[in-house]
Amino acid sequence: MKTKLKLFAKARDLVGAAELELDLPESATVADLRIALGEHSPALQPLLASLLVAVGTDYASPTTRIGGRQDLAVFPPVSGG
Amino acid sequence: MIQLTHDTIDYTALTESIRSNQAGAVVLFLGTVREMTAGRQTVALDYDGFPEMAEAKLRELEAEARSRWPVIEAGIVHRLGHLELGDISVAVAVSCPHRHQAFDAGRYLIDRLKEVVPIWKKENWSDGSTEWVHPGVDNNGTQPQI
Repeated sequence: MKTKLKLFAKARDLVGAAELELDLPESATVADLRIALGEHSPALQPLLASLLVAVGTDYASPTTRIGGRQDLAVFPPVSGG
Repeated sequence: MIQLTHDTIDYTALTESIRSNQAGAVVLFLGTVREMTAGRQTVALDYDGFPEMAEAKLRELEAEARSRWPVIEAGIVHRLGHLELGDISVAVAVSCPHRHQAFDAGRYLIDRLKEVVPIWKKENWSDGSTEWVHPGVDNNGTQPQI
């Protein structure tokens, strides 16, 4: 299923795009998304383990199902303030 | 009041907006762009954010603070974009009946903001290099061994 995600900060710079579309099964979890991201954008590999994933405006857990969602965001640890 | 802005933060107006006759204590925290970090010199910071989620998380933090302390009013404003040395990146203002409550609630809000609100800063070092700040991730992008 087509799954859309936004990228921010260093993740966006390494991928070279602010948005990505990946084809993932409906049952795909955040853990599967990490693997798919690493395959799609090898430059992200060193950041993969630390990437945070949000569904809508909430943080997702490793087991959250995200296949087919259009409102995902992926980003490294935050540093506001 | 929760706000993300590309403009200079008017912390006087923010502070006035949270003052109340019910509050005997008003605490204002300002985060400002610091020149030196671990011996390296910063010339500017660029802030990026995910606005919809950042605003949602800030509202959640305000609700959490209100559930823990008798907050009369609270205001959080975070700036995005290019900031120079000394510029104010974030303002947190809280009013409570008594000072301990206001200090504790204000500290809670800024501490949690730095942990959960999706905003990122990029260092512009004096040697001309730039570097995203991602806590727990070292300069090569790998996680440190724990």
